[in-house]
Amino acid sequence: MNETFYDVLRRQGISRRSFLKFCSLTAASLGLGNTFAPKIANAMETKPRTPVIWLHGLECTCCSESFIRSAHPLTKDVVLSMLSLDYDDTLMAAAGHQAEAIIEQVKSKYDGNYIVAVEGNPPLAEDGMFCIHGGRPFLEVLKETCAGAKAIISWGSCAAYGCVQAAKPNPTQATPIHKVISDKPIIKVPGCPPIAEVMTGVIAYILTFDRLPELDRQGRPKMFYGQRIHDKCYRRGHFDAGQFAEIWDDEASRKGYCLYKVGCKGPTTYNACSSMRWNGGISWPVQSGHGCIGCSEDGFWDKGSFYDRIVGMDNFGIEASADRVGGPVAGVVAGAIATHAVVTALSRSKKKSD
Amino acid sequence: MNETDSSANNNDEALGLRQIKAVYVYDAPVRFWHLTNGVSIVILIITGYFIGTPLPSSHQGSTEIYSMGWIRLTHFVAAYIFAIGFLGRLYWVFAGNAHAKQIFYLPIHKLRWWGEVIFELKWYMFMVKQPKKYIAHNPLARVMMFTFAVWGSIYMILTGFALYSEGEGSGHWSDICFGWILDLSGGSMATHSLHRIGMWVTLIFATIHTYAAIREDIVSRQSILATMSSGWRTFRD
Repeated sequence: MNETFYDVLRRQGISRRSFLKFCSLTAASLGLGNTFAPKIANAMETKPRTPVIWLHGLECTCCSESFIRSAHPLTKDVVLSMLSLDYDDTLMAAAGHQAEAIIEQVKSKYDGNYIVAVEGNPPLAEDGMFCIHGGRPFLEVLKETCAGAKAIISWGSCAAYGCVQAAKPNPTQATPIHKVISDKPIIKVPGCPPIAEVMTGVIAYILTFDRLPELDRQGRPKMFYGQRIHDKCYRRGHFDAGQFAEIWDDEASRKGYCLYKVGCKGPTTYNACSSMRWNGGISWPVQSGHGCIGCSEDGFWDKGSFYDRIVGMDNFGIEASADRVGGPVAGVVAGAIATHAVVTALSRSKKKSD
Repeated sequence: MNETDSSANNNDEALGLRQIKAVYVYDAPVRFWHLTNGVSIVILIITGYFIGTPLPSSHQGSTEIYSMGWIRLTHFVAAYIFAIGFLGRLYWVFAGNAHAKQIFYLPIHKLRWWGEVIFELKWYMFMVKQPKKYIAHNPLARVMMFTFAVWGSIYMILTGFALYSEGEGSGHWSDICFGWILDLSGGSMATHSLHRIGMWVTLIFATIHTYAAIREDIVSRQSILATMSSGWRTFRD
């Protein structure tokens, strides 16, 4: 009989009172009613724990940095003890061959019943030689580890969409997880990094309810990525009132007006920043006075300037935008029409005089 | 035999065009659609332009003004009129007279028709002295209407309602019907840019359309502007 989560928690010296508090907090942070707290508690008391293997590909570790700062639930209390993060080369005490042996252990003992969380992505160019994990290309390790997994979590924009290393021209051919692994359920948790509470929330949901949360068309959990930053932004009132900061140090920006005109990507970005905020709810980009850069959107490095509303489009050459193409073309057409009208008038008067 | 009807491809003796002084071309629903469509396009371009590049800020209390809100509401209402009007016009392709079908397909398999297109191009390039007479659209106008008025409208309705669905959220009918376009076009920002380009294309088309209609009304051998208000096409010679 495998250990349950509750067994692990009690073994770690966590009181039942703290355990129940955690269940309530998790229910609240998942947006569930208070009747769900006992259900979560029951699940954790009865279900065998699901081990999580956390792999690191091409990445900057900002996802891990974000994850360990989770406040609700606290990473210290919950993640390291409860989530049974069996393997995470950044956080674990073991190193070298002992560490790598853990992956093999989990794979054989929990075959088809463990979760692989991937931070970063594999580069495909040069047979994957741009990212080496334990002496082998990360691509190989990823495919092997995912082969027996129940589900895969794509942490951050790297794993979900490719992020900076996949930005044009993508010399290492960095490729998001869903384009490498096709036979497993994949849940995307994009963001650079994702919000800590979103990460712990997603993982807690999967482990307690033993199923993936409801996903949108792109494979992101709806409960965190169902709305745009713009929809819940506390500056939305200024947007509707047509009050915008024009430049970074003007009166409007000091008054906290909407950052739409200085290129805020809130209206085109799906994430929970404006409702959950960052660092335990202390602040978030727009609150600190900078527009959203759209870090949780597919290919956000290649979607034009962070500081323009009408952004550049590659299709029309460097730094061309819809307005910078459309405006002049409309002008040229208007000029051509005027010329055409003059020629028409001239030829008509000539015809009449004939 | 220099006067030819574009769709019937009969010579004018057979049609008796020399005798016919007036033909009822655009029936009432088509004219009504043209009116609402034209008005809504003008409103959509103006409000759409200011949604992408908003007006200068007002510094009154934020609770007292709702300028961006009203501009967006106007855009959405005009968009609904535009889209519903287009659906109505689609219905009228089947319910209306023969001319109601004209702009919805091109007879590209007919060599004769291509000759007419080239003739009209030459007419616009001042290479032909005497224009021909057409009961409905001339072949070149038909190409323009098919490309911009039909497919341009479909493009703007698809991208526009995809953007609209973002505000309404997942599960809304607009998200179910049009949300997939956001994924197909490469995300929300890309769809905004594509919709913006559509605005400029529509503006350019509307300018050319208006100019060509006024010009043809003056220099061609048939009525243009009056036809779109009364439905009757009259011929001058």
